[in-house]
Amino acid sequence: MTDAYVVGVDMIKFGRFPDRTVPQIGAEAAHLALDDSGLTIQDMEALYCGNLGQASGMVGQRILQEIGQTGIPVVNVSNACATGATAFREAWASVKAGLYDLVIAVGVEQMGKGLLGGAGGSKGISKEGLLGSGTMPSVFAEAGMEHARNYGTTFEQFAKVSVKNHHHSTMNPKAMYQIETPLDTVMNAEMISYPNTKLMCSVNVDGSAAAIIASEKKAKELGLMSRAIKVRASVLTSDPWQERDLVMPDVNTCTRKAAAAAYEMAGLGAEDIDLVELHDCFATAEILHYENLGLCEDGEAGRMIDEGEVALGGKVPVNVSGGLLSKGHPLGATGIANIYEVSTHLRGEAGQRQVEGARIGLTHVIGLGSACGIHILEKAS
Amino acid sequence: MDLDTGETMSDNPLPAVDYLKIPEDGDPYLEGYKCSSCEAIFLGERANCSKCGERDQMETVTLANSGTLYAYSIVHRSFPGIDVPYISAIVDLEGGGTIKGNLINVDPEPEKIEFGMPVDVVYDDALGRKDGEGNSYLSYFFQPSNAAS
Repeated sequence: MTDAYVVGVDMIKFGRFPDRTVPQIGAEAAHLALDDSGLTIQDMEALYCGNLGQASGMVGQRILQEIGQTGIPVVNVSNACATGATAFREAWASVKAGLYDLVIAVGVEQMGKGLLGGAGGSKGISKEGLLGSGTMPSVFAEAGMEHARNYGTTFEQFAKVSVKNHHHSTMNPKAMYQIETPLDTVMNAEMISYPNTKLMCSVNVDGSAAAIIASEKKAKELGLMSRAIKVRASVLTSDPWQERDLVMPDVNTCTRKAAAAAYEMAGLGAEDIDLVELHDCFATAEILHYENLGLCEDGEAGRMIDEGEVALGGKVPVNVSGGLLSKGHPLGATGIANIYEVSTHLRGEAGQRQVEGARIGLTHVIGLGSACGIHILEKAS
Repeated sequence: MDLDTGETMSDNPLPAVDYLKIPEDGDPYLEGYKCSSCEAIFLGERANCSKCGERDQMETVTLANSGTLYAYSIVHRSFPGIDVPYISAIVDLEGGGTIKGNLINVDPEPEKIEFGMPVDVVYDDALGRKDGEGNSYLSYFFQPSNAAS
């Protein structure tokens, strides 16, 4: 099988664009990624489009109606918060399989404000606030409290994740926010679901990101290898059965399973990873994934955040983009925006937030329900 | 036996969830479905086991009315009309099964809540909530085992 390379990748600055359509927002990222590769939509053999809010709305085709209806196959993908990563993976798989030499993956989302989720179905009476809470801040608070139960992780340690990621985003002009949030500001912000305060919840924003994937032969033929990023591993898992499944979505097992498979596919280990963009939909979630991804031993995540090992300049910087907490989380775009961030570091083009000497990076997303997508990327040699 | 005409309001409360059973002559209880092949326990009626894949091996089990607190969150912001703060609790029931509900009769403060604390399942009106037809509902709650019920 051929190797597959990212030869163009970009994202728009995340924000709120109520006056624009989803296809318009997606089209902008598609153009940026095409420009990054020096190619045009006429060069693309297939489009893989990730979007959640208009999952039945043929968003991929409508993006082509904005930028060029070339008649290529379009696959529209919806996989909760793993939507973008799934679209990228489908694009990658088509190149690996030898179906195409040049494809584009686009992730796009236009979000409302406010709480996501809610307990129970619509039958009878509302279960929210009657049978606990099904809001996302609560679900992830409970996942964090499981960690607190096992390892004594504190509210302060969870809050430090948000301090770190907001700090990182001050160096990322494409993040929604560029503001410092000191520890007391984070801890004293409005409590949403203990232990997650408002500043420990990801930001609902509109956004898009896109990537061009090429076969090795094509990338070489087009002279695109100098900035190309090799996809060393692409893994998608769903959640294996767990005894508390029905009331407590498990984001750990599917991540551990995906990480093990990704390291095996790439032929390397967690110790080889220079930077990570992981799914910090809530500050509590980030802590879990240090261990799930093998960045530290089980029970060591609190120490990792305390000692700055996951901050820029630390042993393995996590979410130097600002993460979902501050860069923002446009559901369908997030997975590809992560690919953009890691690729930018591997190319040495991340400016002020550059992870020095970054050679190999990992991206991770979780779609609740559940889907976990992991990609391991390396600068082409 | 079936007095529900589909038009008149029921005098008796309806169960808030389908795994809460209200016998005509007895106390309400929670019902699980247990796979007789691998012993996985589920909430709500089902035919197949998603743990082992076995088909048609489900049997009903009565879940215990006592358990221990596994994890929780304290909800300060919810959807409009929902009273906050409250404790959203995940409870492992004695003998198997994990359910989620509100933990009541405990202050919604982290210092007042202990992982592993024993709790009882108690049954009460669903916070006055009614459906579009005006029916009342019976729900379940958790409270510390040592609390007076």
